[in-house]
Amino acid sequence: MRFYLYEAYSLWRRDMLSFSRQKDRLIGYSFAPLFLLAFIGLGFKNQIYFPEMKNIDYLSFLTPGMVAMTLLTASNSTSFLMLWDREMGFLKEIMVTPSSRIGIILGRTASGVTVAIFQSFIILFGGIVMGSRFHRPEGMLISLIFMALIASAFIGLGLSLASFKKETYGFSLVLNFILYPFLFLSGALYPVDRLPSLVAPLSYYNPLTYGIDGLRYSLLGVSSFSPALDLGVMAASCLAMLGLGTYLFEKGEWD
Amino acid sequence: MGNPIISMKNLSKAYHGEKAVDNVNLEIDKGEFFGLLGPNGAGKSTVIKMLTTIIHPTEGTATIHGHDIIEERDAVRSCIGVVFQDSVLDRKLTGRENLDFHARLYGLRGDMRRERIEEVLELVELKDKADVLVERYSGGMQRRLAIARGLMHHPGVLFLDEPTLGLDAQSRRHIWKYVKELNLREDITIVLTTHYMEEADQLCERVAIIDRGRIVALDTPENLKGLIGADTIVMHIQSGGEILLQSLSFFPWIASSEVSNGKILLRVDDAQSRIPQVVIEACMNRAIVSHVGIIEPTLEDVFLKLTGRTLHECEDSGN
Ligand SMILES: Nc1ncnc2c1ncn2[C@@H]1O[C@H](COP(=O)(O)OP(=O)(O)O)[C@@H](O)[C@H]1O
Ligand SMILES: [Mg+2]
Repeated sequence: MRFYLYEAYSLWRRDMLSFSRQKDRLIGYSFAPLFLLAFIGLGFKNQIYFPEMKNIDYLSFLTPGMVAMTLLTASNSTSFLMLWDREMGFLKEIMVTPSSRIGIILGRTASGVTVAIFQSFIILFGGIVMGSRFHRPEGMLISLIFMALIASAFIGLGLSLASFKKETYGFSLVLNFILYPFLFLSGALYPVDRLPSLVAPLSYYNPLTYGIDGLRYSLLGVSSFSPALDLGVMAASCLAMLGLGTYLFEKGEWD
Repeated sequence: MGNPIISMKNLSKAYHGEKAVDNVNLEIDKGEFFGLLGPNGAGKSTVIKMLTTIIHPTEGTATIHGHDIIEERDAVRSCIGVVFQDSVLDRKLTGRENLDFHARLYGLRGDMRRERIEEVLELVELKDKADVLVERYSGGMQRRLAIARGLMHHPGVLFLDEPTLGLDAQSRRHIWKYVKELNLREDITIVLTTHYMEEADQLCERVAIIDRGRIVALDTPENLKGLIGADTIVMHIQSGGEILLQSLSFFPWIASSEVSNGKILLRVDDAQSRIPQVVIEACMNRAIVSHVGIIEPTLEDVFLKLTGRTLHECEDSGN
């Protein structure tokens, strides 16, 4: 246990060093959600209210959703980075060490989560500047837990898929094709019961629904489910996805 | 002898039904400097990747230090170092940071790690460049850093897959020097692949020649060249070649002779001691000789004899 945490830390440390030398990448990924928040959130700020959400204005409602979108973007960039390392040949230099595969997955996930949280805070502060109202400051700290869980679960999913691919070419497209349904079926844009009745039931099987609900609970003080359920579902998905990633990394070829 | 540190049993790897490595059985002794010589596409890198657990054999297996490369991958990984053919460093990190990262993955802690990093940097003479970003390194420096990285955890076996490919003559000689030293001083078993026959000849105690995934010969470079037998004496003749050739044909120790555009080629054993006699014979026949040289058989000739092709032909027609 202690040993693979050390390996995870080593990998995280290397990623942070690399990132610190290419800072533009850190900020770039937050642009799309930030623009969406500005154009959709501000535009509909006073037009849309959801009664079951205690009449929270739409800008505030949308902010956690856009945070979730940022977190999914981080899943994409982290698995892209893993594939990049593979394409460059650096991944096999890592895989040839006796370092535990779980340590490698956890390290990569940790650096993805770090970047994701950094980017999420850009969204949160952007939201505050535009006029989102969060109900209490401690909420931000609680939201950190949900951010970390959402990011880890989807990074786990991204890494698992990446383990089947050899190059970055076309990967982002494929991964987005998988990630966007999670986002749209999650209540990121409006409460899930307003989804078309055909797909609405799917959203209850989508872990992101619970993750976003948890974010709303921590930031806005409103939620559709109990926060304990949100936490439980996200934690379980996280374990499952990282477990799957570790398994696939254990048995793959790294040529 | 009789104490193999690596032993491969029917090791095979197929891609899309084609065998890249075909039933390789080799034993490599502890402390040996072992060479795998073959043209491009012969399967050298595939052997190395299987032995270093990066890819899985489709058939057969191997053990290193008694650990099975399929069943005990972590144990194998702990006792080997490798410089892949296309070894890759993190270009955004400095040389020292690269070594530090890998040392951590090998579980080296604290002062032990810092000391070892200095040691290996010294060994490959990169101490003064240690804090420069790797993207500023020359090809030779990068290869040296990759070797240093492979040595960090005191591996018993070091795999070098075409370690001098694409390097200039000077960098190549540098690398030859380091790896020879490692083998002698630190008693590391070295497995080197190459398609340069001089490299295999100069460095390796034993050489396996590999062609199309199969081992076609295995012996010391001397014994392999012995398969070809004789040296060749080459005489550049300005005039009188025909007559000279006739009188030379009475010497029983000349295995065969031929003339080709102004040169007489004589196949003899121990060419150095025969030159005086050949030259005297030329004088007596009033042939005018401008130059006499000896061509010793090379591993290239051995390859040609065994496969009917040269190492280079394969390269041209290969992938
Ligand atoms: N990943 C792969 N997929 C398909 N074929 C491969 C792969 N790797 C190697 N090969 C094939 O296997 C053969 C041996 O390749 P390799 O081991 O790289 O040769 P060498 O290192 O001796 O030049 C070649 O014909 C090559 O095309
Ligand atoms: Mg090769």
